[in-house]
Amino acid sequence: MRKVFIDCPQNIPCNPCQFCCPTSAITIGEDITNPPQVNLEKCIGCGRCVAACPGQACFLVDTEFHPGIASVDFPYEYLPLPTAGMRVQAQDNCGAVLCTGLVVAVVAAKAGDHTPVVRLSVPREFAYQVRSIAHLPAE
Amino acid sequence: MRIYKHPILEIAEAKIVTVYMDSQPIIAHENDSIAAALIASGISVFRHTHKTGEPRGVFCGIGQCADCLVIVNGQPNVRACVTLVKEGMQIQSQSGYGQVGTPL
Amino acid sequence: MKCADILVIGGGPGGLGAAIEAAKAGASVLLVDENPRMGGQLYKQIHKFFGSQTHYAGQRGFDIADTLIAEAARAGVELLPQTRALGCFDEGQFALLSLANQDATRLRTMKARRVILATGAKENAVAFPGWTLPGVMTAGAAQTLANIYGVLPGKRILILGSGNVGLIVGYQLMQAGAQVLGIVDVLPSVHGYEVHAAKLRRANVPIYLGSTVVEARGETRVQQVIIGQVDACFQPIEGTHQTIECDTVLLAVGLSPRTEIAAMFGCDMTFERRLGGLMPIHDETMCTSNQTIYVCGDLAGVEEASTALDEGRLAGIHAAAACGYGDEARHARVAALQSSLNTLRSGMHGQPRKEAKNDILQLAHRKGIVGETI
Repeated sequence: MRKVFIDCPQNIPCNPCQFCCPTSAITIGEDITNPPQVNLEKCIGCGRCVAACPGQACFLVDTEFHPGIASVDFPYEYLPLPTAGMRVQAQDNCGAVLCTGLVVAVVAAKAGDHTPVVRLSVPREFAYQVRSIAHLPAE
Repeated sequence: MRIYKHPILEIAEAKIVTVYMDSQPIIAHENDSIAAALIASGISVFRHTHKTGEPRGVFCGIGQCADCLVIVNGQPNVRACVTLVKEGMQIQSQSGYGQVGTPL
Repeated sequence: MKCADILVIGGGPGGLGAAIEAAKAGASVLLVDENPRMGGQLYKQIHKFFGSQTHYAGQRGFDIADTLIAEAARAGVELLPQTRALGCFDEGQFALLSLANQDATRLRTMKARRVILATGAKENAVAFPGWTLPGVMTAGAAQTLANIYGVLPGKRILILGSGNVGLIVGYQLMQAGAQVLGIVDVLPSVHGYEVHAAKLRRANVPIYLGSTVVEARGETRVQQVIIGQVDACFQPIEGTHQTIECDTVLLAVGLSPRTEIAAMFGCDMTFERRLGGLMPIHDETMCTSNQTIYVCGDLAGVEEASTALDEGRLAGIHAAAACGYGDEARHARVAALQSSLNTLRSGMHGQPRKEAKNDILQLAHRKGIVGETI
């Protein structure tokens, strides 16, 4: 099942992740510079936080997507957008290419306010390293 | 170097106006600043300095630094970054301090 | 002659917050700004903001501007865009110059019982050989061109400064289709938030730390830039130079308060490096050494839009109270705003600002600067 994974290490005064979560799986608390605490039991993998986080630090990971294959959901605010079925280069937090990934879905929900969320399937060992994809050439 | 597609901003269809830079026609968008219209047309030199004749263009972009001065319809020292274009506007690159009025 | 209870100069988040609170308390408020529309720099901010719900966190800057301007109008604030405050004449007359018309009525005078200054900040520059070439500009100039006018300042862009402004503008220019060739900073680590830096790193933008721009070269505009590593005194080290072919260099090297009007109004100043340099001394009520003048936002020390909004709200409540407006609930509101500001001023960027602000408040007390108690 898809679960949130947050990479937010710096005590930023910010809490939209807490308020967009429909199941209260993410907690910041009174002091908004607290790092987010995640309760994975409560997380339903809806991905609202992925689009809402101003720091683009929330991701969804499903390590059991297919045997040996994980899915990763990440925000992608560039054009052109990838489309489902496309094979793309999956990159880590430093832009290094990890592997080829298959685009499973691209969701541009109205609630995401112009932040589309891309779901990519990748070999399971890269599940927690994938952060984005190599930008696609202009049409 | 206009932006026609943007992932966040909606790019509205703009009304086209024609302005002139040193007598050459330039296609601009209504609500462009002079600076935006010139840069969109690939013009980055707006004036030359008084003492050494060095080129200058946009620097602060919000009307504070006076680096982007041009002559507009004969009036010198107009800040290109905070002055909007108008149909038929005559823009000239400025040399030095510019001259106000016509010498007798 | 028109007489408002409160004149607010500057329509960014600080000035809007101030005008909204003062008008809600019952004061008559006139808000002037020299730009074609209110909102300050918010309309250039196309990213989602940090903060909490009371600061519209998670919303994009231009949406926050729309929200605040609508709220000000609903609260009864008289909004005068394209109007520049020139100064204060004898007998408390303020001169306002309309930039929208050229006729004899364009220069108007009015009176106000209290003035709230929210003039914001200006970008700093840094000089190197070639820094005056067309193509070298501030990061804010590039942001204005791209996000307001829809025009890219160049195709291949190098940015000097790894603070949040440099990082955010770099990301926005990539979104608009430009190539960002690198971020250069003399510091040993990224100055802005790591999450902003990550947006660039994920797009393969190199971040050259411990480095600076040595020279920009070109005939009539930038064609290449030499960067090099720096020593402990931030001087370029010979033999470490490399050439980057680019057409644009952006300077993102900090901001300074815009203090001209505050100085003209006789507000005592201090130099506080941690808040951007010269700034008016103020107390907790945001009152300056001139008892009729309040300050807020980047003018009162360069911080964030969220802190400017809260400081503006504080200034608005106190200035209105000094005019005799506001009910008992204002005390709880002030306490909540001070608590909110305390929270925003924590963490890696906030804590040094909190300490600097406390020093300003203590300086105000020592100098006997005390706003009217409410």
